Amino acid sequence: MNTPMNVATRPLGSRRDTQRLLAPEHRGHQGPVDDLPALSLDALKALAEESGLTGRGGAGFPTAIKLRAVAEARRAPVVVGNAMEGEPLSDKDAVLLNRAPQLVVDGLLVVSHALRAKRTILAVGPGIGTEAVQAAADRRRERTLVEIARLQGGFVAGQESALVNQLEGRRAVPRDPLVRVTTRGVDGRPTLVLNAETLAQLALAARHGSAWYRSSGTHDDPGTSLFTVSGAVSRPGVVEAARGTRLGDVLAPAGPLDPVAVLVGGYHGAWVPAAALDTRLTHADLRRYGATVGAGVLHVLGSGRCPLRAAAEIAGYLADESAGQCGPCINGLPRMADSLRRLADRRPDPRLPAEIDHLRRLVIGRGACAHPDGTARMVASTMHVFANHVAAHLAGWCPTDERGPR
Amino acid sequence: MSRIHIDWTRCDGHGACAELLPELLTSDEWGFPVSRTGERDPQVPRQLTEHARHAERSCPLMALRRV
Ligand code: SF4
Ligand code: SF4
Repeated sequence: MNTPMNVATRPLGSRRDTQRLLAPEHRGHQGPVDDLPALSLDALKALAEESGLTGRGGAGFPTAIKLRAVAEARRAPVVVGNAMEGEPLSDKDAVLLNRAPQLVVDGLLVVSHALRAKRTILAVGPGIGTEAVQAAADRRRERTLVEIARLQGGFVAGQESALVNQLEGRRAVPRDPLVRVTTRGVDGRPTLVLNAETLAQLALAARHGSAWYRSSGTHDDPGTSLFTVSGAVSRPGVVEAARGTRLGDVLAPAGPLDPVAVLVGGYHGAWVPAAALDTRLTHADLRRYGATVGAGVLHVLGSGRCPLRAAAEIAGYLADESAGQCGPCINGLPRMADSLRRLADRRPDPRLPAEIDHLRRLVIGRGACAHPDGTARMVASTMHVFANHVAAHLAGWCPTDERGPR
Repeated sequence: MSRIHIDWTRCDGHGACAELLPELLTSDEWGFPVSRTGERDPQVPRQLTEHARHAERSCPLMALRRV
């Protein structure tokens, strides 16, 4: 698995009533697809609109808006399922592709049919098994041919335009966002890229309707989400929970071990302190912490780990993962990571927080993709949530007293 | 009214644009243009249209565009 944090690729138990994607009946389901409705474009648009489905790949963009953008284009589009899972802390797409691959394929079938797509592709990142999903695609070959593309990974390789580039045989780097892939993507055609989980959710919504879809979650944040729980827990893994479930309840099956904070949303996410484990996992409730549900990554920081060291390591990783195209990202991210590392090293330099703040502001909005912004978000959250650690480190000591330089 | 858009995948930070359009752009410590207005793609006021056009023509990498 492409997971340095060693996230187990197995679903943890979750409450029966919130199991949809991970429900036992979908497990290795081999049956026919006769019950999958062939929705018209208007019906699909209405379903996406009424269900309130949002993207499960990270950005949380309303699926209905993307769909509309592609449907408005004159040429027949290309539909791409995104199972790149470039976020090292995420494992949910891998779990989904192994456990209920037919749902992902069904989602592709529904969308491709409605849009009369020219090509239908499922892009799979390294380390994710494709046997099960290939078998599911083969069984549905008569309805739609789904090409399964095994691609190279990397943190930004799953970004829409980087994915399109790689599918066209170019370097997997993001494009300038002036021309969106919904206008010109694979083969120069309008391209709809939807995350694997989004497609699986859509497949269920197509079968059961938008009212059913909305019967879980909250009004503004309907449905369920897959969450990958990692870090200081006794049983890392993937959980399905209704949107709006309390953070602590989603973590519970994984068995958190003396948590100090939870990184919500992955390496581009933000910290929610352990004192706020009753925060509900909705966009509105997480906004206070600058976090979003994102791709459902929940990484628990235990009390034995220095938060600044952990954040500096993540920032260093993100700086290395810059696609090396945009000046402010190439120059700013390593500097920001280095300043954070010096802070974690307890350099008694009172200018460090201001320098970090300056670099953070300098990179925001100044790249072809959201990588600088996401990195800046994680760093800002670190400085804010762990302000007492920052003050202690500047004074030469670490409240966690993790062994390290000094 | 147009906006200044920088294609960051092309721009190599020569900073010519910041010199030609100091009202809207400055340079960061590496020479890459920074929007003065804080907007991602700063809006060009009518009286600067000519300057903006000139900056667009002068960018050696065609990284700066009016959109
Ligand atoms: S912002 Fe950074 S990661 Fe994104 S395309 Fe530019 S260099 Fe690559
Ligand atoms: S003139 Fe062009 S290449 Fe030079 S800094 Fe400005 S946008 Fe970048």
